[in-house]
Amino acid sequence: MPQEHIEEYLEAIYDIAGRDGTAKTTEIAERLKNAPASVTEVFQRMKQKGFVSYEPHKGASLTTKGYKAAVKIKRKHRLLEVFLDKMLHLPQENIHEQACKMEHVLTDETEIALCKTLKGPTQCPHGSPIPPCNLEVKNCQECLSEQTLSLEKREKDIVAITSLKHGEKAKIVFVRGGGGVMQRLCDLGLTNGTIVSIERTAPMNGPLEICVRGCKLVIGKGIAEKIFVQKT
Amino acid sequence: MKADLVIALAGNANVGKSSIFNQLTGLGQIIGNWPGKTVEKAEGMLLHHGKHIKIIDLPGIYSLSTYSQEEIVSREYIALQHPDVVVNVVDATALERNLFFTLQLLEMGTPLVIALNLVDAAKKKGITINEKKLQKLLNTPVVPTIATKGIGVHEIVDNAIIQATRRSPTNKNALRYGPEIETRIEKLERVLTKVELGYPLRWTAIKSLEGDSEIVNKINEKDPTVIVAANILAGEISEIHKEPCSTVIASERYAVAARIVKEVQTFKESEKPSMSERLDALSMHSVGGYVLMFAIMLSILIFMSLFGGWLSETIQNLFESLNPHLPGVWPDLFWNGGVVGLYATLSVALGFILPFYLILGFLEDSGYLPKIAYLMDRPCHSIGLHGKACIPLMLAFGCNVPACVGCRIMETKRDRFIAIFLSTLVPCSARTVVILGLVGAYVGVQWALLLYIVDFALIFVIGRILNRFHPGVSVGIIMEMPSYRLPSGKVILKQAWNRFKPFLITALPLIILGSIIIEAMRITDVLSLVSNALSPVTVVWLGLPAFTGFLFIFGILRKEAALILLMSAAGTADIRSAMSPMQMIVFALVIMIYVPCVATIAALVREIGWKKAGLITLTEIGLAMFIGGLAFRLLILFM
Repeated sequence: MPQEHIEEYLEAIYDIAGRDGTAKTTEIAERLKNAPASVTEVFQRMKQKGFVSYEPHKGASLTTKGYKAAVKIKRKHRLLEVFLDKMLHLPQENIHEQACKMEHVLTDETEIALCKTLKGPTQCPHGSPIPPCNLEVKNCQECLSEQTLSLEKREKDIVAITSLKHGEKAKIVFVRGGGGVMQRLCDLGLTNGTIVSIERTAPMNGPLEICVRGCKLVIGKGIAEKIFVQKT
Repeated sequence: MKADLVIALAGNANVGKSSIFNQLTGLGQIIGNWPGKTVEKAEGMLLHHGKHIKIIDLPGIYSLSTYSQEEIVSREYIALQHPDVVVNVVDATALERNLFFTLQLLEMGTPLVIALNLVDAAKKKGITINEKKLQKLLNTPVVPTIATKGIGVHEIVDNAIIQATRRSPTNKNALRYGPEIETRIEKLERVLTKVELGYPLRWTAIKSLEGDSEIVNKINEKDPTVIVAANILAGEISEIHKEPCSTVIASERYAVAARIVKEVQTFKESEKPSMSERLDALSMHSVGGYVLMFAIMLSILIFMSLFGGWLSETIQNLFESLNPHLPGVWPDLFWNGGVVGLYATLSVALGFILPFYLILGFLEDSGYLPKIAYLMDRPCHSIGLHGKACIPLMLAFGCNVPACVGCRIMETKRDRFIAIFLSTLVPCSARTVVILGLVGAYVGVQWALLLYIVDFALIFVIGRILNRFHPGVSVGIIMEMPSYRLPSGKVILKQAWNRFKPFLITALPLIILGSIIIEAMRITDVLSLVSNALSPVTVVWLGLPAFTGFLFIFGILRKEAALILLMSAAGTADIRSAMSPMQMIVFALVIMIYVPCVATIAALVREIGWKKAGLITLTEIGLAMFIGGLAFRLLILFM
């Protein structure tokens, strides 16, 4: 099975999977316009490769390996969208499809160069967050000021705080974005290295309640997406 | 009176500053369990052992790098007005975050006393703090307090007096940064001697390294080269740490705070979840939370409608049974003007307004309002706001004036304007009186409910439109979530009374006077003149009786007056004989929307200026006329 095909599946599962992390076969079939039978077949093969854990009738959920791969491809996709929009000024309605095709052939090197050229964008033109890269840098500024690309890859697994489950604890690695909001988060105790845990989340992309330094804070989803953590 | 000593209360939001203020001064600052109640500073006097002491209550502040408008009030006061002593009120349940601000105060070199408040709540959570050790580490007096019970508040003042007479800057070395930062602070201090801002030098240097926009602007006005120097130094620091300079400094402060907490605090986690946590699980539940919220709102409305209707009718009947029915102009003027005005006002005040303030006080003090902000954050996005806006909007149900002022908790100008505009559309207690007292009592609760739904729909639509025309996205919610607290009955009663008092003082005489004027105008036939002049709007467009014209004018002063004076204007206590149910609905609908009352307009002018206040007023008049006329034409088909 071609790599491209698997990547499309990874993206679809990443998008569809709910809070419990599973995407149903029928949902994937609908999304990718494939027959449910062939979706099941692909799931089986992805399971063999260690990308998903799959249970018939329940659906597939991403393993750590699968999640990393999905985030990587999402990142490439959204960076490309920004590139097509901001630099090439392509019509909005065309960029998604273009990016869908280009993402599979984009090397990691080009991905980093693209991110730098675009000055570390945080959102795609449709407003979805761009996942962070896996380089060993403290924040975007450091990377943007570096001239070379010879940065080492991160060992640890970094995710946005929004992807944590209830009750899960994690350490803040960096906060993206700038100005007032970042300063406020810092002032409220969300400095790098601080342990946070998720208390609960409101439905329909509502805010998160987190616990930090013994206090409970409510943070809107848009802001929370910019807080990146490492699971402990 | 000249004060011997000025003490300012400062600290994070919702730690009990206003409670301590009320305990010391005997005044009635509004208190409640949510961050951002106090948006303006308040002053009061205290006579303590023969000394006249001025107490200043400041809005809550998390950091001297201010974020929203009310925080700037606090910072400017502390930094520029030089109070003799600052009492830093600290929440013992969240020591680490509170110390972050304490450290900044120490950095400024302000004479300081620390009030370690909420020690009872901390104990319940299993937190004990060694205040002696804390005192030693910070080299600053620490007084444990329970503000709501008045425990420790006078010791604060004793300590403050000692601190003020010592007059030696408390402890400048409480917080030393790493050498790479310290050398740059020193360099900048030398450059900063060129500009005189009135702030302490070291503090100004740190703030300009942090890139604090207020300070930077102020220095820029005097000497832009200083900022260039600050930027270079800050750039060097962020180069070393690979992080923005302001983050580096904040992280260092937090590291110190964490170290102090580690030394002074012991924490024993209880095994079962606390009552507050269990209530959280219910009231913030993805489904249950919303069900509970709607159930609470609905039951308040129904209770108010039934109880208020019953009580106000009882009061009216009581007074009417005393009516001597004397003939003649003067007895008419006395009874139909004066006495009817009096009892109509009393019935409305005791039946609707006072109970409502009691309920609102309970919601505020329990800590339920922030839960609404959490639940409603996402829905608020569709009207261009975030969840925090729900708090002033909820307060607006009591009165629009504090709601407009309370919108200062919104971070951007745009958010604040939208929140203020929408607050003026929320049916306040006065409008609730008209809706429930007229439509609820004479037409049916379901119709009163429908009016509320229309109003909420209107708020939603106007919010959408405002969002459209004010480009930009809301910054999003960042709010502290307080624990639930069992409200104290005494505090709620006192608070309700403080809110109710202005009603008795200003509204009662005004309404009685208005009632006498209307009666006189009716006797002399001037009323019909006014009514006829307004009849193209009232009779032709809105389908109302002509006598309502004058009420709309009077209603601008006080909206509840429109209902109270309805009886005088109709010339009968039995409103049913003067108005059809449909007319009552249209009347209440127009009163609900047509214009903010005078007090609200004044607050609008103060908050956002003439132009925008005028825009809001005119828009609402237009809307009321449009919707009122439309409702009349629709309802006539059904009723």
